[in-house]
Amino acid sequence: MVKYVFKRVGMAALTLLIIVFLLFWLVRVMPGNPFPSERMSDVQIAAKRAELGLDDPILVQFRNYVAKLLKGDFGNGTSLYYGVPIKTVLRTAVSNSFRIGGFAILLGTAVGLLLGITAALNRGRFLDGFCTVFSIIGVCVPSYVFLIFLQYTFSFKIPFFPYFFDADRFAFSSVMPALSLSLFTMSTIARFTRNEMVEVFDSDYVRLAEAKGMYGGKLVRAHVLRNALIPIVTVLAPLVVDLLTGALVVEKIYGINGIGKLMVDAITGEGIDYNYVLALGILYSTLYIAVMLLVDLLYGVLDPRIRVAAKEED
Amino acid sequence: MAELIPQTVPPVPSDAYVPVAGDFAFLDRADILTDTNYASLSYWKGVFIHFFKNRRAVIGLVIIAVIVLLAVFGPMMNSYGYRDIVQFRNESNRRVVAKALEPRVPWLHELVTGEPYDDSFADRTFLFGTDDLGRDLWTRTWHGTRVSLLVAFVTIFIDVIIGMSYGLISGYFGGLTDIVMQRFVEIANSVPRLVIVSVLAIFMPKGMGLVIVALLLTEWIGMSKIARAEMLKIKEQEYVLASRTLGAGSGHIIFREILPNTIGPIITQMMFSIPTAIFTEAFLSFVGVGIVLPQCSIGTLIEEGFNNITILPYQILPPILVLALLMLGFNFIGDGLREALAPKLEDM
Repeated sequence: MVKYVFKRVGMAALTLLIIVFLLFWLVRVMPGNPFPSERMSDVQIAAKRAELGLDDPILVQFRNYVAKLLKGDFGNGTSLYYGVPIKTVLRTAVSNSFRIGGFAILLGTAVGLLLGITAALNRGRFLDGFCTVFSIIGVCVPSYVFLIFLQYTFSFKIPFFPYFFDADRFAFSSVMPALSLSLFTMSTIARFTRNEMVEVFDSDYVRLAEAKGMYGGKLVRAHVLRNALIPIVTVLAPLVVDLLTGALVVEKIYGINGIGKLMVDAITGEGIDYNYVLALGILYSTLYIAVMLLVDLLYGVLDPRIRVAAKEED
Repeated sequence: MAELIPQTVPPVPSDAYVPVAGDFAFLDRADILTDTNYASLSYWKGVFIHFFKNRRAVIGLVIIAVIVLLAVFGPMMNSYGYRDIVQFRNESNRRVVAKALEPRVPWLHELVTGEPYDDSFADRTFLFGTDDLGRDLWTRTWHGTRVSLLVAFVTIFIDVIIGMSYGLISGYFGGLTDIVMQRFVEIANSVPRLVIVSVLAIFMPKGMGLVIVALLLTEWIGMSKIARAEMLKIKEQEYVLASRTLGAGSGHIIFREILPNTIGPIITQMMFSIPTAIFTEAFLSFVGVGIVLPQCSIGTLIEEGFNNITILPYQILPPILVLALLMLGFNFIGDGLREALAPKLEDM
């Protein structure tokens, strides 16, 4: 098991390094230069290039960049927030996105599980149908559309919630974005839980448990839920990444100063900010790879069969 | 040496039975040889029947068919172009622009309220209304749907070709080839789509090309995984061995012998990829790196509707409904296909 964990972590680290290098390389080989001002003379540009180390071989530049990265330094912005250290801007953005995303995940998972379990226990009845319809709507309509509707109804028609995000009233003003973000998670989890549970209910071991006289809540808790919930981890993981990294459009619409909005600004703003694109790309990839790794390992902990398979693989 | 006994052919008795043609013809009689009570079905016929028995799948198919038809013919149903501002001269020879009109059907209005419209557009029908510039939303909605569908179909088609070839080749050769190719997939799969888009946005001008390339770079991976899994299942079968024994090359075996047998799961995957493509396109266009003016797509239409939501709240509804129905339809078809291709015993 230890060997397996080390192998996985090593693979993930290597993958991340390759991705960071690719991103770095792409940003460096790009046409254009970081000094757009026409007032700079060639001599000045050459001096600036030398100062920033842009004339070094790409591998040397990369080594310097990674060395800085490990110290948590992403460099400064080139056009977006010109000259401000990216780290400072990123810190606020990450905190905002994580809090709202975390709220959405908790809400989505809790309600989704509840809906899924209720539907599976009432298979073929009204509640089941309701859950199905709900999860279909949740999957088919993008979260930003929900936010637009919430905004229109509860901020414009009935002015209750603030129309835009307000950092001073964090909890209150993050209700609507978190709710709209959670709907996709909610419906995915609900549908998945329901289908998994129904499948487990039909399995031989649950039949056996029933034949031995087990019933009701104890059967559901001890046999059905435990086995049905394991695969949900795999579904939840990509959703967690999506939500933590901030749903772009939701943040853009609601004016939340998060990573998603930063990303949109970095792409569409006045001139693309290379350093921001690079920093955000690294942040996104790191999170994504970390969560996937965590799921892999967690899966092994949760499901003994996979642990055994991993042991045999060693 | 044995003595040869002369053999004599006994003469045919004259009253013996003379065979007639009908005696031996029963072998050709299809009604006896084929079991019509428990007729066997060809694979695809079985899939077909299963698919059409599934109520959801049929609903999905109908939804998609209607939307595709409207996307093709919708913009032709009236005389307004998707970029045209609807304007004309009224009785007093003044130029009027049909700006920000609510959805209106004159005869229906007359039926409900008892009196006709009293403005300059009294006899004009605008099923979805017009936007703040005076463009007909019916035409724009279906034109946008057409663009979105086109982007999705083109990218998914190319993705299928790339992903399928990649997966089949990786699975067929196995060994070192497979390991190298799968490591590459793992790395490619670890780059979030957003990061790809953001890096591409530096290289490429905003527009349809950016959306297509971004989708091309990400969607082939799922396709290749499925193709590889299918290949691993199939390549040990006898007919592959037979073909190889007869001297067929790898290319022939992969693309002529095995590929046709992997087509089912790949079509299913396509049905799930198309909604992803449409979703991504809508979201990129909404953010402003997707389809650019004067073209329109579902994403840009939702964005325009969002910008006008406080003054023209109905404007956002048609593109959202089309988007949701497209998602619904393709998901239903995908689910239906998956069940039809691998039916569980209890469903039979």
